[in-house]
Amino acid sequence: MILIVDMNWKRDSLGYSEFVSPIVSVIQPLEECEVRHFSDIEPAKLDGYSKIILSGTALRDHTTLKQVDKFGWVRDFDKPMLGICAGIQTIGLVFGEPLNPCRQIGMTEITTLRENPLFQGTFKAYTLHNYSVEPSQNFEALAKSTQCTQALKHKQKDIYGVLFHPEVRNPEIIGHFVELKP
Amino acid sequence: MKLGVLFSGGKDSTLALHIAAEKEEIVCLITIISKNKESYMFHTPNIDITTLQAQALGLPLVKKVTEGKKEEELKELKDAIAEAIQTYKIDGVVTGAVESVYQSTRIQKICDELGILCVNPLWKKNQKALMDELVAKNFKVIISGIFAYPLTESWLGKKINPNLIDKLVHLSKEYGISISGEGGEIETTVLDAPMFKQRIDILDYTVQAKGNSGVFIINKARLVAK
Repeated sequence: MILIVDMNWKRDSLGYSEFVSPIVSVIQPLEECEVRHFSDIEPAKLDGYSKIILSGTALRDHTTLKQVDKFGWVRDFDKPMLGICAGIQTIGLVFGEPLNPCRQIGMTEITTLRENPLFQGTFKAYTLHNYSVEPSQNFEALAKSTQCTQALKHKQKDIYGVLFHPEVRNPEIIGHFVELKP
Repeated sequence: MKLGVLFSGGKDSTLALHIAAEKEEIVCLITIISKNKESYMFHTPNIDITTLQAQALGLPLVKKVTEGKKEEELKELKDAIAEAIQTYKIDGVVTGAVESVYQSTRIQKICDELGILCVNPLWKKNQKALMDELVAKNFKVIISGIFAYPLTESWLGKKINPNLIDKLVHLSKEYGISISGEGGEIETTVLDAPMFKQRIDILDYTVQAKGNSGVFIINKARLVAK
């Protein structure tokens, strides 16, 4: 069972259908999944999930970036995790990685920097962000655009992050994450 | 949260309006009238009917006319959204974008520059599910434009119902056209919807068609009791 964390500004928001439902649509044919809003996460119950995906949010919705204290469980979850846009920005802050201003909106060329199980080569992806996570201590860059780091991985843990939105034009990347062996 | 809806009078923006209204307050509609019939950004057949639709919905309409030159028409859109922010204090804009990154990219940029939220409640929605939802929610929607093979004049003015959706599903499998017209294969006009306090009654129309391209133009219409 995969947990998808709804990172939008409130429970059952208008952001759900835009940033969570498309991820659910990609995963459902591959594996069972369920969605919880970030404010409803019970850390003690996370052991029951095989993987966790943290969704993106609307461009100007930075709610989770101001509530990083609610994401202490990110450090303790020992199975694969994927943060998308606001998801990886929040994970980055949990691990002390800095956010840098980087505004990109629309189809953007992504170049792979390091071999990884999620993607390879150069490809186009849909971006919608005002900040990037620049790896400094715990993470390493997996891909970049001309402006900033676009994908990264924790150096020791199976924590991946993409700044672009794979659910829009690159659903196979989410598929590869689902196939990852813990 | 106060929201304005980018409103073309077609099925997507009207459905997006209804979904958004379930969760937030809708305070105005924003319509761009493009003089360019082949606008990349804005739905064109029967755009003038948005005035009647706004009356039916009981919502004020912010309307701007554009020559429809690619990219330049975005300035009018930005001006219209800025006017809605000024007049109706909107915190965000709702769009009916489903798959078009071309449209969504441009609207997202404008909203970001104006410092407001952009929400797309139909984004990546399954197209058959979208059409089924219109029928389930009792929307009365007609085909007001056809722009792809093998669609012909006979489709113009037809109501979206389960039978028509089945035909579109068949054409999608056979010819690769989008079930909901996401590729611009069809355009639609909404005559009634749950939030309409009155419905639109068409009094006079003209069909202009040639081959696989045509429009159903509403010349005269009125609001009548539901």
